[in-house]
Amino acid sequence: MLEGFYKDKKKQLFLGFLIGVTFGFLLDRGGATDFNIIVNQLLLKDFRVLKIIFTAVITGMIGVHLIVKYLPPELQPKPYRWKPIVIGGLIFGAGFAILGLCPGTAAGAMGTGAVHALFGVIGMIVGAGLFASIYPRMMGFMSESDRGSVTIPRLLGINAWWVVLIISIVLFVIMYVLEIYGF
Amino acid sequence: MGLLTSQLWSPYVVGIGIGILVWLSFLLSNKAIGCSTAYARTFGMVERSFRGEKVDQKPYYKKFVPKIDWEWMLVLGVVVGAFISSIISGSFRIETVPTVWENTFGSSAVLRFFGAFTGGLLLGFGARMAGGCTSGHGISGTSQLSVGSWLAFVFFFIGGIITALLIYGGI
Repeated sequence: MLEGFYKDKKKQLFLGFLIGVTFGFLLDRGGATDFNIIVNQLLLKDFRVLKIIFTAVITGMIGVHLIVKYLPPELQPKPYRWKPIVIGGLIFGAGFAILGLCPGTAAGAMGTGAVHALFGVIGMIVGAGLFASIYPRMMGFMSESDRGSVTIPRLLGINAWWVVLIISIVLFVIMYVLEIYGF
Repeated sequence: MGLLTSQLWSPYVVGIGIGILVWLSFLLSNKAIGCSTAYARTFGMVERSFRGEKVDQKPYYKKFVPKIDWEWMLVLGVVVGAFISSIISGSFRIETVPTVWENTFGSSAVLRFFGAFTGGLLLGFGARMAGGCTSGHGISGTSQLSVGSWLAFVFFFIGGIITALLIYGGI
């Protein structure tokens, strides 16, 4: 039943839009569409953004692993290749601080009237296009450290639920400590 | 009514909501929430309108076909959802220069627009190199316990924290 629904392109595009609308609504209520809140997170003054992400990860982890256990969808982890992830991640981080928003929250900020976010969105389109243009020359760099879709449970050779449990506890403790110290 | 109009919700409520969206995308669309490929596809669509079909032959666009897909509709939805949220809560306002930026760089809108464009350039490039963004790696990928996504998530924040401390932190 679900497989047929996945193939219904029009319904899927509309569903993507609806999930996006809910996502945008939640990001805005979380304060994540606000430049000041994101930058204050990166300055380690306000931990609202990390609390959102940690809670989303705990919730997401548990649900996703229940779904793959009992229902048709399978995990689709992105490939593990440390070189482009580390270097691309640092470049991303620099942009994250300068724009004060990320690809999702910049789209949201635009919706809340942030005109400067529109320039960020244009920049992201050009930056992503630039990468697409030089990609043929980057293929070696992109693939040399590629180890395929590695997950933590597979890497450690332990049951996924142990990893879900341990990460949940660690993230809970971090958030609890942040609350105790008034962040 | 308090909840609908309250401008800021508890980050835990928002986080649980986003986590549930990760389930729904996975279950109903067999997709992981992400945002950055939409920007690459948009560039491809613009490029195609200038240079024609041969754009589709570029190796990157063979992997990420420049067309309106699920993720592109998701990003469009984010704009609309945040708009609706800010209208209901009354927080919608035209912002040209955010406060923390102004404290460091002054009130010039042109300088802020230039800064936002530069930041966006780095984000778009870095996200495509790393293979995802704060949503694709940071939330969906980490939820799947992907090693690469956890690594990306850590380096997004290392890069972000260092850069923020350097430019706004007065270090």
